[in-house]
Amino acid sequence: MIVQALAFYLFAGILLMSGFMVITARNPVHSVLFLILAFFNSAGLFVLLGAEFIAMLMVIVYVGAVAVLFLFVVMMLDISFADLRKGAMQYVPIGLVVGAVLLSELIFAYGAWSFAPESVANAASPAAQFGEISNTEALGRVLYTQYAYVFQIAGLILFVAMIGAIVLTHRVRPGVRRQKVSEQHARRPEDVLEIQKVTPRTGA
Amino acid sequence: MIDFNLIPLLPEIFLALVAMGLLIVGVGRGNEATNTVAWFSVFALAIAMIVMLGLNWDEHVVLSGMFKFDRFIGFTKLLILVGSIGALSLSVRFIKQMDMGRFEYPILVLMATIGMLLMVSANNMLALYMGLELQSLSLYVLAAFRRNSIKSAEAGIKYFVLGALSSGMLLFGISLIYGFTGSIDFTLIADTLGNLDFMPFGVIFGLVFVLAGMAFKISAAPFHMWTPDVYQGAPTSVTALFAMVPKVAAIALLIRLLYEPFGSLEEQWQQIIYFVSLLSMVVGAFAAIAQDNIKRLMAYSSIGHMGYALIGVVVASEAGISAVMLYMLIYLLMTAGVFAILMSMQRNQVSLEKISDLSGLSQNSPVLAYSMAVLMLSMAGIPPMAGFFGKLFIFQAAVEAKFYILAVLGVLASVVSAYYYLRIIKVMFFDAAVDPYDAHIPFARRVVLLISVIFVLAFILKPTLIVASAQGAAAVLFTG
Repeated sequence: MIVQALAFYLFAGILLMSGFMVITARNPVHSVLFLILAFFNSAGLFVLLGAEFIAMLMVIVYVGAVAVLFLFVVMMLDISFADLRKGAMQYVPIGLVVGAVLLSELIFAYGAWSFAPESVANAASPAAQFGEISNTEALGRVLYTQYAYVFQIAGLILFVAMIGAIVLTHRVRPGVRRQKVSEQHARRPEDVLEIQKVTPRTGA
Repeated sequence: MIDFNLIPLLPEIFLALVAMGLLIVGVGRGNEATNTVAWFSVFALAIAMIVMLGLNWDEHVVLSGMFKFDRFIGFTKLLILVGSIGALSLSVRFIKQMDMGRFEYPILVLMATIGMLLMVSANNMLALYMGLELQSLSLYVLAAFRRNSIKSAEAGIKYFVLGALSSGMLLFGISLIYGFTGSIDFTLIADTLGNLDFMPFGVIFGLVFVLAGMAFKISAAPFHMWTPDVYQGAPTSVTALFAMVPKVAAIALLIRLLYEPFGSLEEQWQQIIYFVSLLSMVVGAFAAIAQDNIKRLMAYSSIGHMGYALIGVVVASEAGISAVMLYMLIYLLMTAGVFAILMSMQRNQVSLEKISDLSGLSQNSPVLAYSMAVLMLSMAGIPPMAGFFGKLFIFQAAVEAKFYILAVLGVLASVVSAYYYLRIIKVMFFDAAVDPYDAHIPFARRVVLLISVIFVLAFILKPTLIVASAQGAAAVLFTG
C-alpha cells in the first residue's frame, strides 16, 4: 500500500509541477517537453488506477502523436511566442477573477455534493458481466457492440475533420512544377539532344 | 441483448453513404463536378425525407438505448431536411458566383445535416455530444469556406473557438450530471431524478452548464455574442444555412433534454429559460435597431426569434411546445425567403450587404421588393402573415399558463422589433432608387422565394393542417 501511495504522490507531484512549467517556461520547446513529461506522469496515474489501456493511449496518442506534432509546429513555424505573451498578460487579472469565482462556486457545489441513491447501480461497469478479463479486452467488447453507434459517429467526425483540413488549407498554386515520371520515361534522346559537328578553331 | 435494429436510422445511413460516394465523385472529377454533387445532395436529402415518412413513427428506442425515434423527433427531422434542401438549393449558383464553387461544400452541408439528425435522435448524453460535434465541426468549416476573405476566416475562427468553449461547458455539465446520477442514458437519468426526495444540488449545477452550452448553439442571449460577427462574415449562403437549420435542431434537442431527462427539475430550469428568453427578446429587439448591415440585422432578428420560441419552452405545456414547433417551421420558411432575396442583392457580381443598398428596390425590381415586404411584415408578426400566427400561438400558450409578464414583454419586444422590419420596407419603397441589381436570378432561388412567400401568405387559409401535425408532435412529450 505504502508503495502505491508513494508512487501516487510522486506522479501527481511531477504532473503538477510540469503542468506549471508548461505555461511558464520561456522557451516554447521546453513547454512542449514539459507537456510530454506531464502526459507520462498522468499515464502513470492511470496505471495506478488499474486503467492500463488508457495509460497506454496517453503515451501512444498524446506523447507519440499530439506532442510530437506540437513540437513540429513550434519548431517549424516562426512564431514569436514572446510577442504573443505580451498581449496576453493584460488579461491575467480578469482571468484570475473569473477563475476564482468559478472555483469558489465549484467548491461550494462539491461541498454540498450528494449522490443519487441509484447512482452506484447505474454506474455499475458493463464490463463486470464478462468476468476476469483485462480491461483492454473488456473495452473492446463494449466498444464494438454497445457503443458501436457512437463509434461510427466518431468515424464520421474524423471524416469531416479530414475534409475540413483539406478544404481550408489545400490550394492549387499556378506555376508549380511537378515531377511527371511517365513524361520523363517517354523522353527520347533525339527529342532533347542535338549533336553538332564543331570544326576546330571556328567556335560553335 | 444488444438491439441492432438499424431501420430507424435508415435516412441517416443513406445520407452518410451518399456523402461518401459524392466525395469520391468530387475527388475524381474535381470542381467541375460541384453542380452535379450539389444537385445529387439535394436529391438525396429529398429521398431521405421520403424514407423518413415511411418509417414507423411510434416511439421506439434502438441500439442499446442510444437512438430514439418518435413523432416529435420525426417532425423535427422533417423540418431539418426541408431546411437543408432549401439552404443547399439556394447555395448552388451562389457559391459559383462567389468563386468558391468547390465540391466539398454540398458534402459538408450533408454531413452537418446528418449531425443534426443524429443529435435530435440522441437518447444518451454521449450520442447527443457526438451528433452535436458532427454538426458543429461541419459548420465551422463552412463558415470559413471562403478562404480568400478575411471576414470569412474570422467568422470561422470565432465560431470555432466559442463553439469549442460551449462544447466544453456542455461536457462539464454532463460530467456533473453523470457524477450525481451515475448514468448518461436519458431514460435512466429521468428515472433517477424522478425518484429523488431532496434537492439535487450537483445536478442543478450540471443543468446550468448544459443549458449554457445549448443556449450558445441556439444563439440565445446572453450567449449570442458570436452571432452577428459569424452571420456577417460567413458567405451569405452559409449564413442562410446557419439561420435556418441548426436552430431548429438545437431547440428541439433543448426541448427533449428539458422534458425527458430533466423533466422532474421543471421548477429549476424554468427560471433559467425564462431569463434567457426575456433577454434574447430584448437584445434581439434593441440591438438590431442600430445595424446598417442586413446580415447583422438578420442575426439580431434570429436572436429575438429564439427568445419568442423559448417562451413556448418555458410554459411547459403541450400547447407551448406545439407552438414552438410551429414557430420554428414558420421561422424556417420565412428566413429561407429573406435569404433568397439577400443573395440576389448583387451589382456586377458583387454582393451587397448594406440596408441602404435596398433603397428604391420597388422601382427597379418590384417583385423582389413586394416579396421582401411580405416577408418583413411576417417577421414583424403583422396579421394576416404566417409570422403573426407563430407569435399568436406562443403568446396564447404563455397566457394560458399564466406567464403574463413574459407574454406582455414579448409583445412589447415584438413592437420594438417591428420598427426595423418596417424600416426596410420604408427604404425599399420610399427612398430614391439607385442602380438596379443584376437581373438574372437563378431558377432554384426563385422557387425557394416563391414557396416562402406563398407559405407566408396562404398560411391563414388552412392553418389547421400544419398546426395539427405540430400538436401531434408535441403530444408525445407529455403522454410519457
